[in-house]
Amino acid sequence: MYSEKVMDHFMNPRNVGEIEDADGVGQVGNPKCGDIMKMYLKIEDGVIVDAKFKTFGCGAAVATSSMATELIKGKTIKEAEQITNKVVMDALDGLPPAKVHCSVLAEEAIAAALQDYRARHGLDTDGEYAGCSGCCGGCGFKHDHGVEEDGE
Amino acid sequence: MEKLIYLDHAATTYVKPEVFEAMKPYFVEEYGNASSIYSIGRNNRKAVEEARATIARCIGASEPGEIYFTGSGTEADNWAIKGAVYAARKKGGKHIITSAIEHPAVLETCKYLKKEGYDVTFVPVNSEGLVDPADVEKAIRPDTALVSIMYANNEIGTIQPIKAIGEITWKHGVLFHCDAVQAAGSIPIDVKDLGVDLLSISSHKFYGPKGVGVLYIRKGVRLENLIHGGHQERGKRAGTENVAGIVGMAKALELAVANMDQYSKKIRRLRDKAREQILNRIPYVRVNGSMEHRLPGNLNVSFEFIEGESLLLLLDMKGIKASSGSACTSGSLDPSHVLLAIGLPHEIAHGSLRLSFGEANTEEEVDYLVNCLAEIVERLRSMSPLYEDFLKANK
Repeated sequence: MYSEKVMDHFMNPRNVGEIEDADGVGQVGNPKCGDIMKMYLKIEDGVIVDAKFKTFGCGAAVATSSMATELIKGKTIKEAEQITNKVVMDALDGLPPAKVHCSVLAEEAIAAALQDYRARHGLDTDGEYAGCSGCCGGCGFKHDHGVEEDGE
Repeated sequence: MEKLIYLDHAATTYVKPEVFEAMKPYFVEEYGNASSIYSIGRNNRKAVEEARATIARCIGASEPGEIYFTGSGTEADNWAIKGAVYAARKKGGKHIITSAIEHPAVLETCKYLKKEGYDVTFVPVNSEGLVDPADVEKAIRPDTALVSIMYANNEIGTIQPIKAIGEITWKHGVLFHCDAVQAAGSIPIDVKDLGVDLLSISSHKFYGPKGVGVLYIRKGVRLENLIHGGHQERGKRAGTENVAGIVGMAKALELAVANMDQYSKKIRRLRDKAREQILNRIPYVRVNGSMEHRLPGNLNVSFEFIEGESLLLLLDMKGIKASSGSACTSGSLDPSHVLLAIGLPHEIAHGSLRLSFGEANTEEEVDYLVNCLAEIVERLRSMSPLYEDFLKANK
């Protein structure tokens, strides 16, 4: 059900761990729903020089976290903000429909860590970060999940 | 060859070679329609009726005529429940009692009937995963048409007090259906002793072929038909008989009943060994469901701070095939309804693993399993933010 790339990033996740003196840390998800992502960023002169993560979740959650950290490393903050869940998903050669929310979580983990960075450094924040802190569909925010949501 | 350690016998079993041998003639040679008058049809009629008699004997039915073949355990459950309440409708029956931990074949059927206007009471289970017969009795109303309680749970293997519930339903004159799909082949079934009116079993859970099930209907119990068409199964379940499947099912059940003592002893020993080693070697683990009232081959454990699908994928890479109650494997957002019903928090239910042992498993496989589990659980915990928080809080 998973692509080879997803399995590779699940079996050999890149950038697992913590950054002790991180410049930005973001955690999204909820244990109730079975997915939590925590992302650590090291930022120098507006460039993400290192990214690490810890994830509690399924194979897709681990793979999207791994891919997301790979995609943002070496990027400027502005560039990192362009990494949407679709970009993460495409880089993994797609995800099964039921797992698309994992890529949304990865996008939000990046956003939450960047928000934390801005708050810590007194930079402009575009309002309250209303990222994912609950279950898929729990925040009432319409994400581009790329699939029709089940009406269950 | 890739290593294959199959620990998912509760999901399905392979077909035993003896069973397959018994089925073989009914594909190429004995292909006649069992309803036909010529000899190859008559031979098939005979084979089907012999299978019916064998199954009746294996579950303690009064006569072969109480055995009806279906296409699956799910169909048997659907027929029992819908057939019973539709038949009761004319007499004002519109209430069903079932438990919170039934298989989806029963739960979803009850939910469907709820949409059609029937009332359903879901009796709870305790933290051990057991139904209290007193709760069933309290739920009975004048318009109760059916009680449906499973014999053994498919996820945690807990064995329900069917005989005690049977006494209650008999006293109140309410029909009693029992989904015995997980129990059949692992523990003895005697429909008269249990006091059930309807009982479902499925062939592929006891080393028989897939695609064939049985509904036992006690003589005198009236059900409405679900499958309309020809006159097969004495006009109650239309459709050309799956002769090879029926023959295979009877052979498999006959073997299971004959070897049950030995079989259950063996898988119980493997299960207990796995349980003991897991608890000894891996911290923050809990065993789900009663160990006393439980199928011999079932083990269900939760590993804190990790998620079940990740665990299954990594076990699969080691050649170990098992299942989980995590949401990710069920295709929904919620983890197993059974684990939630016994009171597990969501995050612990997500980290559950079901191991179900079978005839071909060995002690060496258990050693290998536990070694792999210890390594995988540690690996997943090392990347879990929940475990990180837990360690920091307990420094």
